[in-house]
Amino acid sequence: MSSTYLGMPGRPVFGDGNLHATEAFPTAARRELGNAQLRANLGHATHTIRDKRLRVVAELPDWEELRDAGSAIKESVMARLPELLEEFEANFTARGGKIHWARDAAEANKTVRDLIRDAGADEVVKVKSMATQEIGLNEYLEEQGIAAFETDLAELIVQLDHDKPSHILVPAIHKNRTQIRDIFLREMPDVDPGLTNNPARLAEAARVHLRRKFLSAKVAVSGANFAIAKSGTLAVVESEGNGRMCLTLPETLITVMGVEKLLPSWQDLEVFMQLLPRSSTGERMNPYTSLWTGVTEGDGPQNVHLVLLDNGRSAALADEMGRSALHCIRCSACMNVCPVYERTGGHAYGSTYPGPIGAILSPLLTGITSEENASLPYASSLCGACYDACPVKINIPEILVHLRAEDVDSRRGTRKTPGQMDVAMKAASWAMGAGRRMALAEKALPLGKLAAGPDRKIKKLPGIAAGWTQSRDIPAPPAQSFRDWWGKERGKSAPGENAPTITRQKEKE
Amino acid sequence: MKIALFATCIVDAMYPSTARATVSILERLGHTVVFPAGQACCGQMHMNSGYFPEAVPVVRNHVEAFEAEDYDVAVAPSGSCVASVKHQHAMLARTIGDADLETRANAVGARTYELSALLTDVLGVTDAAAELGSWYPHRVTYHPSCHGMRLLRLGDRQADLLRTVEGLELEPLPQADQCCGFGGTFSMKNADVSSAMLADKNANIAATGAGLCTGGDASCLLHIGGGLSRQGSPISTLHFAEILASTRDNPAPAPDRIGSAAGISGKAGR
Amino acid sequence: MSARTEILDRLRSALHDAPAAPDIPRHYRHESGLPGDERIELLRDRLLDYKAGVCVVDEPDVPARVAELLGKGTTYVVPPGLEEAWTALAPGRITDSAEEPLSVAELDAADAVVTGCAAAVAETGTIILDGSPDQGRRAISLIPDHHICLVRAGDIAGVLPEALRGLDGTHPLTWISGPSATSDIELERVEGVHGPRTLDVVIIRV
Repeated sequence: MSSTYLGMPGRPVFGDGNLHATEAFPTAARRELGNAQLRANLGHATHTIRDKRLRVVAELPDWEELRDAGSAIKESVMARLPELLEEFEANFTARGGKIHWARDAAEANKTVRDLIRDAGADEVVKVKSMATQEIGLNEYLEEQGIAAFETDLAELIVQLDHDKPSHILVPAIHKNRTQIRDIFLREMPDVDPGLTNNPARLAEAARVHLRRKFLSAKVAVSGANFAIAKSGTLAVVESEGNGRMCLTLPETLITVMGVEKLLPSWQDLEVFMQLLPRSSTGERMNPYTSLWTGVTEGDGPQNVHLVLLDNGRSAALADEMGRSALHCIRCSACMNVCPVYERTGGHAYGSTYPGPIGAILSPLLTGITSEENASLPYASSLCGACYDACPVKINIPEILVHLRAEDVDSRRGTRKTPGQMDVAMKAASWAMGAGRRMALAEKALPLGKLAAGPDRKIKKLPGIAAGWTQSRDIPAPPAQSFRDWWGKERGKSAPGENAPTITRQKEKE
Repeated sequence: MKIALFATCIVDAMYPSTARATVSILERLGHTVVFPAGQACCGQMHMNSGYFPEAVPVVRNHVEAFEAEDYDVAVAPSGSCVASVKHQHAMLARTIGDADLETRANAVGARTYELSALLTDVLGVTDAAAELGSWYPHRVTYHPSCHGMRLLRLGDRQADLLRTVEGLELEPLPQADQCCGFGGTFSMKNADVSSAMLADKNANIAATGAGLCTGGDASCLLHIGGGLSRQGSPISTLHFAEILASTRDNPAPAPDRIGSAAGISGKAGR
Repeated sequence: MSARTEILDRLRSALHDAPAAPDIPRHYRHESGLPGDERIELLRDRLLDYKAGVCVVDEPDVPARVAELLGKGTTYVVPPGLEEAWTALAPGRITDSAEEPLSVAELDAADAVVTGCAAAVAETGTIILDGSPDQGRRAISLIPDHHICLVRAGDIAGVLPEALRGLDGTHPLTWISGPSATSDIELERVEGVHGPRTLDVVIIRV
């Protein structure tokens, strides 16, 4: 039964695994920006998906109502998370499933390894899963002598190329068809040497490559898109049928899922299954969705496990401003519309979760002070395209700003000398804290003209402003501020006295 | 109607002609403009950069300055600053637990309008040429700034007003809804990404064939114009208020006459 | 402390501010209000968009159409409860059941599978299988490369909420919207990966 927690709020316990950026975003972004092929690939793919999404979203007269419902359902789930988890556990277990709780990545990995060994297997087939990516399961299993085969086409491409995913829905979005063909020719044994870069031929090659694996696999590992508390049901949303293969054919199925994925009831699924496909691949519905509730005798896996993962989710939940990041249904609409992601790609974000959602989710899961994750909330111009696209209305710009404040506060008093930005902000705060001080600061405007060259442009500034002048001029400031002009021209007369009678056009009518 | 002008810090200091154009437009419509003397800045630079404590005196000053003045509505020629006044000020007050400031910020925010929203929704202007005498016989393209578009939902208000300016040819901007890459301190902290976004924006602007890019936010125009200037492009930028204020008798400078300084000390808005 | 206790404690502690669970506004469409023939037309349109094959037939014409879709010399799997008359004109039938399941190799050797369905959704072009006797085990509609699905017109819902209301979520459910597909290469959709590469939907008018 659920109980009311009476203790003091504890210290948040942050997550680990593949959640940490190991270099600051601007540095990583600069390197990725230098890759012209990458930018071309990303530009093409994100624009294709944007257009598709807009078309299918426009078809639904009740899109905003669905978003409102989706947002409220998720908010309600977060408010009742402990009790819903207990309810889910009871129902999943009653139908023959087994639940394993994992505090962090290491515990989840070890649990999955033990389950695979118990099944007597030394290899597994995998359905694409963000949770197992987050905990670094494949790398861990490899160390433990267990081979994990990714079966989603994009994951397969990334795995064959010994690369890292760069997008949560289309992990190989940074590669074009010709690059994919070259990877297949290089890495797939028995591949037709005449393979072309035609996407249908590439998909066919993947089918042939994986077919025998699917038909003989003993154990599969999956993630889950949704878990319904009231019935103990799990759902996986996919396109290729690799998910169905993994979820149906092996004797043992191990699912790894973050604790935030719950939905209260069956009816809630009707909301999310309208929001998710249109937001992610821009389709009215994804080709395949599988739902299972524990074990069904004579149909599908007879050993069904679920690893419920915290790994920083409780810490994110503790952040009142940031907790709605846990509403995310991993549709990737935010990255597909993000002008920053479009230019840098996913690798620049370091973490498993790239793009706008990653820029808030990663530091929420790891804590803002973890490695370079403090640089992620600044990886946005706050243009707001992500918030508009989010099917569950996560206010990503607001959370970005909240995390920036957390970052600034976490560094206060830790430096011997404050940074340039700190000094500039403090000075501006003083000047902009009163009109008369602002007026005083504006008296210095004519000085700006000295900084400008004969063409009346400022072309090079030092320090933190140097970034601006690397590609942009600043016009020489005017001789007189508006405030000064107003004071001189209007200050002495009563307001409105100088109003010219240019209402003539109106009077003519 | 008595209208309080919030000039915004960037217009006040860098683009005074935009504020003068705003005054001119409103006075032509027969309204009285007042300038609350205590005003300085909306504080969004501080907030968006994560300097919340430093933003507090700036926000408090804005609220006090606009409480001290007697007026019907306030207006600013900036979508971004108005969005900050309407949404961020109360959020900041909530964050620091100041319920009194939150209430007062909400009250000021509720009476504050972006210029095109005031003209369209409150003052009922539908035809700039007929009602303001607006005349600007040039090919112009228009960048809808992100905060006006997404936080204030201004929609086509600015573009619709521009379309009714006599002589003005409005060229559609490809991928108009894409951010120009300014983002306040983003343009410095992530200068490379920002520059890449700006390069694409300016390529789209150049593709329109227009000699000038207008918009509703001086900050975005400063960014776009700064990039065009660095490229040596002949295309200039001008705030849409200055285009609305431009008349046959007192025209705003033509696109090729704006340059780096003429637009600032130009004759628009007299 | 067990991981379970600890995680639940952490989550309760995280909710120290006791956020309220909001009421859920469900102002989205729960019905489409479309008449039957328009539902058929919409389902057809959506399935064709997914590159599925679609035909609309009267019940007496089902056996001939199924035989035609299967073609000559085809071996095909059927679930135990599929209406026998529907496949009467096509030789090569193999019946699968939970009691006497076909092996994976046997399923892989079959050319096609013929099933019924529990529901269909016109607006999204979706057919839903729930493991009832006329639909069978999940594996049979997965491994053969050609899936022929028979949909009674009366089972077609206009919008998703209409269809889900009549289903039991604890059955093993498979929602199918077109043949297997991928968008993984340059985000352009390509039909035909691991699931059946050909999907034919036979809508039976009643």
